[in-house]
Amino acid sequence: MVTVLEHDSELRQRAWDAAASVVDPEIPVLTIADLGVLRDVTLDGDHVEVAITPTYSGCPAMNMIALEIEVALERAGFHRPKIRTVLSPAWTTDWMSEEGRRKLAAYGIAPPQASHSRRALFGEQAVACPQCGSDKTELLSEFGSTSCKALWRCKSCREPFDYFKCH
Amino acid sequence: MAIANIQVCETPLVLYTLRRADDALILGHRLSEWCGHAPMLEEDMALSNIALDLIGQARELYTYAAKAEGRDNDEDKLAYLRDVRQYRNLLLVEQPNGDFAQTMVRQFFYSAFADLYWRAMMSSPDTTLAAIAAKSEKESAYHLRHASEWIIRLGDGTDESRARAQGAIDHLWAFTGEMFAVDDGERALIHAGIAIDPGTLRGRWLTTLSGVVSEATLHLPQNDWMQQGGRAGRHSEHLGHLLSELQSMQRTFPGQTW
Repeated sequence: MVTVLEHDSELRQRAWDAAASVVDPEIPVLTIADLGVLRDVTLDGDHVEVAITPTYSGCPAMNMIALEIEVALERAGFHRPKIRTVLSPAWTTDWMSEEGRRKLAAYGIAPPQASHSRRALFGEQAVACPQCGSDKTELLSEFGSTSCKALWRCKSCREPFDYFKCH
Repeated sequence: MAIANIQVCETPLVLYTLRRADDALILGHRLSEWCGHAPMLEEDMALSNIALDLIGQARELYTYAAKAEGRDNDEDKLAYLRDVRQYRNLLLVEQPNGDFAQTMVRQFFYSAFADLYWRAMMSSPDTTLAAIAAKSEKESAYHLRHASEWIIRLGDGTDESRARAQGAIDHLWAFTGEMFAVDDGERALIHAGIAIDPGTLRGRWLTTLSGVVSEATLHLPQNDWMQQGGRAGRHSEHLGHLLSELQSMQRTFPGQTW
């Protein structure tokens, strides 16, 4: 229950923590705060509004993420939270936290690199293998199991791995 | 039971946004027809991923068009409840998949344009269009790289793949001129600085094409006669068939939701 004794800032922090606990359904080691999807949480009385920014245009996880934020906030005692989608500025993998990048690598997904490497039409990019750390790797397919990933293979340990594409 | 088509109040901004949304939806739908049929698993995933990107772009654009119109239309009504003459997409994107070469050449022509177009639109003072452009530009760059690699592989491949790729280029070429054309309403948006003039991109588009096509040992047609009509709702016979499939659920069960 929300009591009148709590200050707005504490309330807002609680709402933020609840929203920030939601994970990406397709990469469950990353929270939406790690991803940079969670942009803002505002309070009007005890009514909460959460602003999120969509990642890839075709990412089907966004609907589920919005639903899970609502559930997390309801559980934390905030009723009928509003989810607002903010398009501008557009999301970029540069917003992913360092913590998020570490978690991705530990999970076996190579984290996104700086966004300039994408520009070259047939540009070579060096992606280190998240299993053995070798940089002797090769691209198998630009498109992987989700819209945010490409499929790579390590030539040293022979393991295939996902690479989180820079966006 | 049939359901009536919606009416759309096509102000220049609404029409402009609908045209881009329709391009993305129709091309996305075409690519989704490959799902489960592509020549290999990686390619099946690639085409489905590109389809998802395009349909995602279409959703943002339709939502913005509905907001700009300010009536009670929304992304679903705009996609499912307009008839063929109300669609404003390029003739290029509605052309059938044909063989794999034809699908790739269509994608190559469109992505080479979309990459340049969205990059230029990122500086639009319309913040929603600029944000959609920022996302679409990155995705188009991937789509272009993917299609370019296939054009080279097909052109510089076997006699059979080379003949099919050249045949697709020759067949689809006449549908590319429409990408660079503007009408009075769009010209007003260009003068107001909201949209960019696509005609200014044709030189760079040709440079991108020439580089890839010559590496593929193929050539671009010299014929400059171009077919137009899609932007004004005059379509080839293929779009009606596509829409009958795309819209069948809403037409059969009006108002149905998941």
